[in-house]
Order: sequence, then C-alpha cells, then structure tokens
Amino acid sequence: MKRVLSTLVLVAGVGAFSAAHAAVLDQVKAKGFVQCGVSQGLPGFSSPDDKGAWTGLDVDICRALAAAIFDDPEKVKFTPLSAKDRFTALQSGEIDVLSRNTTWTLDRDTKMGLNFTAVTYYDGQGFMVKKALKVNSALELSGATVCTQTGTTTELNVADFFRANKMKYEVVAFATADETIKAYEAGRCDVFTSDVSQLYAQRLKLAKADDHMILRDVISKEPLGPMVRHGDDQWFDVVKWTVFALVNAEELGVTTKNLAEMMKSTNPEVKRLLGTEGALGQALGLTNDWVARMIKRVGNYGEIYDRNVGPGSRLNIERGLNKLWSKGGIMYAPPIR
Amino acid sequence: MVDRRDGARPPAGSLVNDPRARAIAVQLLLIAAVVAVGWSFVQNARVNLEARGIATGFGFFEQTAGFGITQSLIEYSETSSYGRAFLVGLLNTMLVSGIGVVLATVLGFAVGIARLSSNFLLARIAGAYVELVRNLPLLFQIFFWYIAVLGTLPGPRQSLSFFGIAYLNNRGVILPEPNFAEGAGLVGIVLLAGVALSIAVHIWARRRQAATGKLFPRGRLALILILGFPLVAFFATGAPISFGYPELRGFNFVGGFRVIPEFAALLVALVTYTAGFIAEIVRAGILAVARGQTEAAYSLGLRPGPTLRLVVVPQALRVIVPPLTSQYLNLTKNSSLAAGIGYPDFFYVFAGTTLNQTGQAIEIIAITMAVYLVISLVTSGLMNWYNRRKALVER
Repeated sequence: MKRVLSTLVLVAGVGAFSAAHAAVLDQVKAKGFVQCGVSQGLPGFSSPDDKGAWTGLDVDICRALAAAIFDDPEKVKFTPLSAKDRFTALQSGEIDVLSRNTTWTLDRDTKMGLNFTAVTYYDGQGFMVKKALKVNSALELSGATVCTQTGTTTELNVADFFRANKMKYEVVAFATADETIKAYEAGRCDVFTSDVSQLYAQRLKLAKADDHMILRDVISKEPLGPMVRHGDDQWFDVVKWTVFALVNAEELGVTTKNLAEMMKSTNPEVKRLLGTEGALGQALGLTNDWVARMIKRVGNYGEIYDRNVGPGSRLNIERGLNKLWSKGGIMYAPPIR
Repeated sequence: MVDRRDGARPPAGSLVNDPRARAIAVQLLLIAAVVAVGWSFVQNARVNLEARGIATGFGFFEQTAGFGITQSLIEYSETSSYGRAFLVGLLNTMLVSGIGVVLATVLGFAVGIARLSSNFLLARIAGAYVELVRNLPLLFQIFFWYIAVLGTLPGPRQSLSFFGIAYLNNRGVILPEPNFAEGAGLVGIVLLAGVALSIAVHIWARRRQAATGKLFPRGRLALILILGFPLVAFFATGAPISFGYPELRGFNFVGGFRVIPEFAALLVALVTYTAGFIAEIVRAGILAVARGQTEAAYSLGLRPGPTLRLVVVPQALRVIVPPLTSQYLNLTKNSSLAAGIGYPDFFYVFAGTTLNQTGQAIEIIAITMAVYLVISLVTSGLMNWYNRRKALVER
C-alpha cells in the first residue's frame, strides 16, 4: 500500500515539486527536523533499542546531519523502509535522505533520479550456513537453496555468482530482512546470503547463533552510503560533506572527549575543521562550527564505527577495509579547506 | 436527457433554449474537462520525471532481469528479460487463483450444504469452521500455514517418505515426475477424445431423457471412454509414460516434481478462507428456495440426494452466482498477499522486485493496476455470462 501511495504522490504532487523544487536544506530548516529513511531493524546499522530510540551506524549519519544543522541529534525522524520500498520513498519526497545500507551502483545512481553521496561502509556479500552442513567454501554450495531479501543487489549478485561458477541453486526471496532470517532459521534454505555486515547482525537474531557460520568467501563489492534526490546540489553537498567531515575528524584525532582542547588547537587543519578559522560551514549553508557540533553530539567516524559495529558493540566486526587509508584501510575523505 | 419518443419536435428557437443541444454541450464540456485533467497529470508526471532524471518508458521490458524466481511455469533464468519475469509472475498468480477458485468452490459448497444438514454434529462442525476462518485475518492465516504448519516439517535429510516415491519436507512436497517417451502423445489424444466423447454423450443422453424419459448408462460408458481406451493405448504403445523418482543428492532432492511450500501455504489459506464465505453464500442460496419446493419433490417420491441436486441447487444458483463472483475476484486479488511469504506471484515479482530494480514506479504501478483490472473484468464477464444462462427464463 505504501508504495502505491508513494507512487500516487509521485504522480499527483509533481506540480508542487517542479515549480518550487525548493532547496531541501531550507525545507529541513523550516520544518525543524531531518526525515531519514533507515532499515526496519538491522542491529549495528539501524534498529530501535529497548527504549525505542534508533541506534546504529546508518542512524548516526542522520543524527550527525541533524547535529550539523540544528546542533541537536534528536531533531531527526526515522522512516523504517524495506529494501523494496526505499527508493520510491526517496523519489516521492517522503524522506530527505536515505541512509539504509544501500549499495552504490551505476544503475541506481543514474536511472532512478537519485544520487549517492559518499561511502559510509565498505562491505561485500557473503554466505551464512549451518555448521552441521560441513561446507567450507561458497564453491561447495551447488544445488543449495538460498534465502535472500528481494530488491537488493544481493539478489542479483547471487545469481551472477552461481551462474559464473556453473552451479545450480534455487533462490527464495522475501520482502523483509526479518522474514528472510526466519525462513533460514526454519530450514527453508541451506544458505542465507547478504552483505557480510548484515550476516553478523542477523546472526545475533538466531536462537543458536553458534550453530551457524559465515563463510570466508566474499563475492562482491558493496560500498554502502546515503542517497539523496537528483537536482539539489546544496543538499547533496551537505550530506556528502557530513560523511567526509566525520572521517576527517577521525584522521585528525578529534573526538567527543578531546573536543574542548581541540577547539583551542593551533593546527590549521583542525582549526578549519572545527570552524575556528575560515567560513567553510557557511559555504554549505550551515554554521561554521558544524563539524564541532557533530563531534560533540555524535562523535567522529571511528567512534561511530566502534560504538555500533566495532569492538564496542555485540557485532564486533573487524574494521578491515573501513580502516582509515593511513592505517591500512580504504576509508578516505577529501580535505576540508 | 429528455426522451422524445412521442415524436414531438422541440419548438423551433435558438440552440441555447434547446434542452437536447444544451445537454449534449454539457456532456461534451465534461468529457473535455476530464480528458484535460488526465492529460495534465500525464504531462506533469512526464516533464517532472525528466527533470529529475528518472528513467521513463517501457524499454525495461527487454532488459535482463538478473534475479532468480523460485517457481516458474515457463522457461526462466536470471538472463531472461523483465518481460519474461512479468509473464512468470502473471502465470503464478493465475495458477494459484485458478486452482484456488475451483477448490474453494468445491469446499465452500460442501461446507455450506453441511451446515444445513439435519446431522447435528456435521452442521455444528461446518458452522464452527465458517466462523473460525471468516473471522481471522487472511494474512494471519497465510502465516499460520506457512510458519506454524509447513515450517515445522523436517529438513530434506529427514524427509517424511511415502513408500520412497513421494517426500514431504520443509522445502515442499516432492512427487514423481512423469517422463513422456514416444507414443505418449497418442495416449493423450485417446484420453482427450474419450473426455470429449463422454461430454457429447452426456449432453445427448440428457436431451433424450428430457424428451422421452429413457435413461442411458452414461456413467459406465464414460468410464470405458476415459479410463479403458487410454489404458489400452498405453500398453499397446509399449508403456511410453514412466515416472522419474526424486533422489536425495547433496543439499536437496534432485528430480521429481516439486510443490514449493510458499505455493502450498498460500493456496491452502486462500481456499479455506474463501470457502468460509462461499459456504455462507451457498447456505443463503439454498434457504432462499421455498420450502415448498423440497416438500413437493419429496411428495413426488424423490429422495433427499436427488431433491437437493435436481430441485434445490439449480434454483439456489440464481441467488448464489452473483455474490460468488465477488468471492472469486476477492480470491484473485487476495493472492497478492503472497508477498508476505515470498511466493513469486505477479504483484511480488513485478510491482515488487522489478519496480525496485528499475525504479520506474509510475509505469509499473499503472501496468499492475491494469493487469488486475483485466483479470477481474474477465472473471466477472465469464460469471455474468454463466449467471444469464442460469437466470430464470420466463415462459
């Protein structure tokens, strides 16, 4: 129903959008909050905690955005979306930004009228199986039944992988992540496939997590990041540089704890980052202390990672590719100057 | 509009005062307004989609779909086009609704008649069934069958075996698969001819009975035509139809014909749910036939069975058919709840996966609406035709 409504909005509401095409940043400032599309419940990325507050890496990107604009990480409303419904929700203007572990692909970047902004997590697709099956490699999976979520790159990659290796398989695709993992747990499938980070997250939901293992094979590149609509370059820049600033802050060693000292730093890079020198924030349509606000309220990229998916979380996923470029990973952001 | 069947000419005068001309003018203006509004919607959407850089048009039908589908009646692979995926989904919807309509009708009639039975236990069981299935949400029932019933079956390696021929596990029911060798076609032709001849004999025998009152042993003849001759043909051509039995190899059974649990759960839920409503319609239809009809039949010496079959039901059908059409339409549309359990029906494959992969919401939702509309209109068209045939003919 939701997608039908979104489509109707897309058809009927276009007049208003086209004439105004009002800057999203102005709209956001006017309504007083950021409307952020997230997943329906993926531990580590976006899931409500026991008090109903949303937490996770994807969620924190939106909170950082709210902090940069309003100096308040709570001024954000979350719309939980299934993989299937996410793009329509963004196209129709139901949400301002889609921060929902979405893989950056050429197809999505061009045909849908949407833009990827920056990468917040470098992921790859993997497989989870029951240990009892005694499978050690993805290449031993010929003839297996695979559970996956529909409307994802996962669904396409798994088809490519099995075809390229001349293996037979059968896919059962479900609409939501929860249905998929339940079907896997009930034994409908031999294999559960998704991005590796999601495999770790979903494994936590299984009754006997230790009976299941994640195969070492990674069969695809899955750079995940937030998306915005085509046609509003200012908002595109704001979201993009929010991510870049978080990474730059980690690189310069600016954390929530040492922010007060760093504000007094004489390092020109830190001064530009925190807005004690220059007027870089204003160029984005924000205040000059926008990064300081984000660090104070949410933390830098490393802190966000550790708290949600790294050692500070139950997931405890190795940082791997997501380490800073200077520390052996590929997480790299253009300089703030 | 003013009806001037009496032939009286309107008084001569200006067109403005002519009620006929005025009525036509108003109608034309209204049509023009509707068309203009519709056109502005289309134009608006087109211009704005273009401005936002969202792909438009129907070219995606020929692009490679790239995703797999669990169940397809026609040849389909990941390299097939979106157009092919569209057909696969459509056929899956037709399959589940077609079988569903037939089974729901049979079950619904049985329960509806049982509820009127003079057997206390039977009537109460039928009543309890109707109240139970009618008052629980359909999606809940689908989940019940899928998760609570079929989901608890053992895995492939612990399958329940039926004499080593058929197997039941949480991947579905695996049945022997018929393999057709040379000569199988002849058996099929004999079988089809037998069915056609039986129907012809049936019609002829009924006409003759109506005219002369003579009975004809058409049941026995049909048995010979449909079962006897094809069996003779089967052995004469050297038993060309054999069965391939499923075998457990690797992860799952290889070979054999498989019914996936998503299909089974959806079908059972749709049939039991809709049958509850049909049962009530049937009961209402039967109760609408005057009691005197039954009494008259009894007094003519008819036993309860023939009375029901020959006197009550044909009259009840006039009341039953129109609301029955609605139930058929409901069943077809409800089959789109398949999305909940991952059965690849039309809505799921097309308005779900295809929409998501292509991002062309407007075209796809429009086509989806058109397809369901066509299916529903065709169904009600057929039912209306049947209803006219069953309607009371005044003599």
